[in-house]
Amino acid sequence: MPIIEKSGVKAWQVRDRNSQLIRWAMWLLGTMAFVFSWKVISDNTQWAIMGNIGAVTMDIGGRAMPPRWSYMDQLWLPIWDTLNIATLGTLFALIMAVPVAFLAASNTTPSRLFVRPIALLIIVSTRSVNSLIWALLLVSIVGPGVFAGLIAISIRSIGFCAKLLYEAIEEIDETQVEAIRATGASGWQVMVYGIVPQILPAFAGIAVFRWDINIRESTVLGLVGAGGIGLQLQSSLNVLAWPQVSLILLVILLAVVIGEFVSAKVRGAII
Amino acid sequence: MSATLDQYVGKRWRKPHFITSPGWRWGLIIASVIYLVLAFASVEINWSRVYRGLSRGWEFIVGFANPDFVSRWSDISSGMAESVVMTVASTVVGIALSIPVALGAARNIAPLPVYLVCRAIIALSRALNEIIVAIILVAILGFGPLAGFITLSFATIGFLAKLLAEDIEDMQKAQAEAVKATGAKWMQWVNYGVQPQVMPRLVGLSMYRLDINFRESAVLGLVGAGGIGATLNTAFDRYEFDSVAAILIIIIVSVMVLEYLSGIIRARMK
Amino acid sequence: MLKLEKLTKVYNTGDKALSGVDLEVGKGQVIALIGPSGAGKSTLIRCVNRLVQPTSGRAILDGVDITALGAGGLRRERRRMGMIFQEYALVERLSVMENVLSGRLGYVGFWRSFLRKFPQSDVDEAYRLLDRVGLLHMADKRADARSGGQRQRVGIARALIQDPTLLLVDEPTASLDPKTSREIMRLIVEMCRERELATIINIHDVNLAKMFVQRVVGLEAGRIVFDGAPDELVPDVLTRIYGEEDWEATIETVDDADEENDEAGK
Repeated sequence: MPIIEKSGVKAWQVRDRNSQLIRWAMWLLGTMAFVFSWKVISDNTQWAIMGNIGAVTMDIGGRAMPPRWSYMDQLWLPIWDTLNIATLGTLFALIMAVPVAFLAASNTTPSRLFVRPIALLIIVSTRSVNSLIWALLLVSIVGPGVFAGLIAISIRSIGFCAKLLYEAIEEIDETQVEAIRATGASGWQVMVYGIVPQILPAFAGIAVFRWDINIRESTVLGLVGAGGIGLQLQSSLNVLAWPQVSLILLVILLAVVIGEFVSAKVRGAII
Repeated sequence: MSATLDQYVGKRWRKPHFITSPGWRWGLIIASVIYLVLAFASVEINWSRVYRGLSRGWEFIVGFANPDFVSRWSDISSGMAESVVMTVASTVVGIALSIPVALGAARNIAPLPVYLVCRAIIALSRALNEIIVAIILVAILGFGPLAGFITLSFATIGFLAKLLAEDIEDMQKAQAEAVKATGAKWMQWVNYGVQPQVMPRLVGLSMYRLDINFRESAVLGLVGAGGIGATLNTAFDRYEFDSVAAILIIIIVSVMVLEYLSGIIRARMK
Repeated sequence: MLKLEKLTKVYNTGDKALSGVDLEVGKGQVIALIGPSGAGKSTLIRCVNRLVQPTSGRAILDGVDITALGAGGLRRERRRMGMIFQEYALVERLSVMENVLSGRLGYVGFWRSFLRKFPQSDVDEAYRLLDRVGLLHMADKRADARSGGQRQRVGIARALIQDPTLLLVDEPTASLDPKTSREIMRLIVEMCRERELATIINIHDVNLAKMFVQRVVGLEAGRIVFDGAPDELVPDVLTRIYGEEDWEATIETVDDADEENDEAGK
């Protein structure tokens, strides 16, 4: 604890002078960055029209209420598609994430110099790009529809699942693996008996976690034409059919809540 | 002992099933199979369209091999600048708003009415997808980064306040009580008893959220809420895959750098 | 039986864990390997089944030079070398039975082991061994729900179901309380006698070693500095192995009364 002398009296201070200075500099820098950012946003905003935000909101809100319940008939199929995009997408992602994770984990990779960097590159590039961007890309390649959304969700989830999984693989207890190896087991047997049981709970948790996220993400994929309930949202928005928009938003909200509930239940049952 | 051993020896051994009740087990298996069959059947794949699209897919891969940063550079740089600006502003505001909400959403320090209100805010923020919030805000506020900024700030609350509130609920009571015992006021108590315990986690989560906000800011442009997403969308519409590749590479590299930096900062906070 | 010739291990860090160890263990002979931490006890037994790759020297088991084997040959020879670990090293999330049966992996093909379809003779032997170590009724319980002593018993069963000719035991009692330690040691030594296994037991507790074995080998800084009967372990010898200490005082603590109570309680 540094002690400084202030007008002849020793006073206690939490930090010494240098770290105090660095802290102030960091704060200053942060504040400046924020003020600058805010200025840019503000410059790009037409504040003139902000005066009647209240009125606009009330207007849209008024038109959106009550939701057009009869539109529900046309939503069942998109809801089913959305569920399939999320579920099948998670399934494909897991199938591909498992080998990638084993190649990326430093204790199971066949080659640290060649294979591991490639696996890590796959992980980073697939998870850095949002599923909506993947969907955009795939719609222009395979055409609009559920299939594009399915692949977009799969690709986006590979990196996410593989990253969490390879971290779990790197954390396993090596002595258990050693014990299996000492019995004369082959490489694959060591994998199945020594490694897999240790990462199985993590795997199940990751699967459910990602499924939950994918339910959320698949609801908006339709905005770029990749199938699911987002398509209806987009077309309703285009014709300013606010009562339909409000119904769709309610359905999406409900889907997300149910997804979260189911994943919490399943996770509780597994772990 | 050996009397019981005789009961075992010669009997087949099978691994006990994860789901012990056979009814449930078979029910679940059959239900999953039926679901998978129906789901796969309902996915329509237009193979001729896919086949025609393959050349575009190849173009995209080629585009990745030699990305074009130059011809759309002014669009790209202004889009990137807007994304960065939105990220910084929304993270700062989001953190500032998350802290009071987190304090309110921690059952061990907040009274029940405050707790319920704060939890409701968090639940709402988490349930609403960023893109959907952005759509609504663009409808109200018009195009531009303001909508994106508010969207990300709101999303930050749901993420940060929830995790922070859980952390406050998990903190050691003894430390906080020791401060309370000195007769500290509520603010002092939070400052000395609570803050030091959750501070490292707050910094770590904030860095993580900065990372997420940047990624999200890249897509908000697709619905008109500002940032690099708009540039990307235009490039896709024109099938300029080399520019698309350039933008994606910039995003990936920025995310990697940000992740690396946040890793360092989080490690130093521990 | 097992013969080590000038076995040497130098780790990548440059630490010389073993320097030219010569050792012979005959059939049915149980030896205790004692020495301070870091003397190379653990490295020595891991060099025998090549969980650690020896730098030079040879380990010969029944005329087979283990150090010269390729991957397939090594796997076959490992089946004849059972190993018992310090922290049990059971696969925690598998059941007791699966852990025991994992000792047969070297004899069973991949798909059979993957589907858990072990030959009936293996299953019967697993039941017999579980009965012998007193855990028959726990066969289908998860391994991580067991106490330390019970887990080590599972570890013993796993090593013995391999039907080994050599047993390598690494600090079997390090994480057990004194009473359980003795029970486990007694069990290991009894079963080795029954099956006439050549056995090397790493153990840091000299008194426990003296209680159960007829031959003690002292290792210090990777070299054998003592090889003889337990009663030859006079204070001078212990000083040579472990360094200066008032050995008379510690030897007094061997508590024979406790030992007899244990027997009576059985």
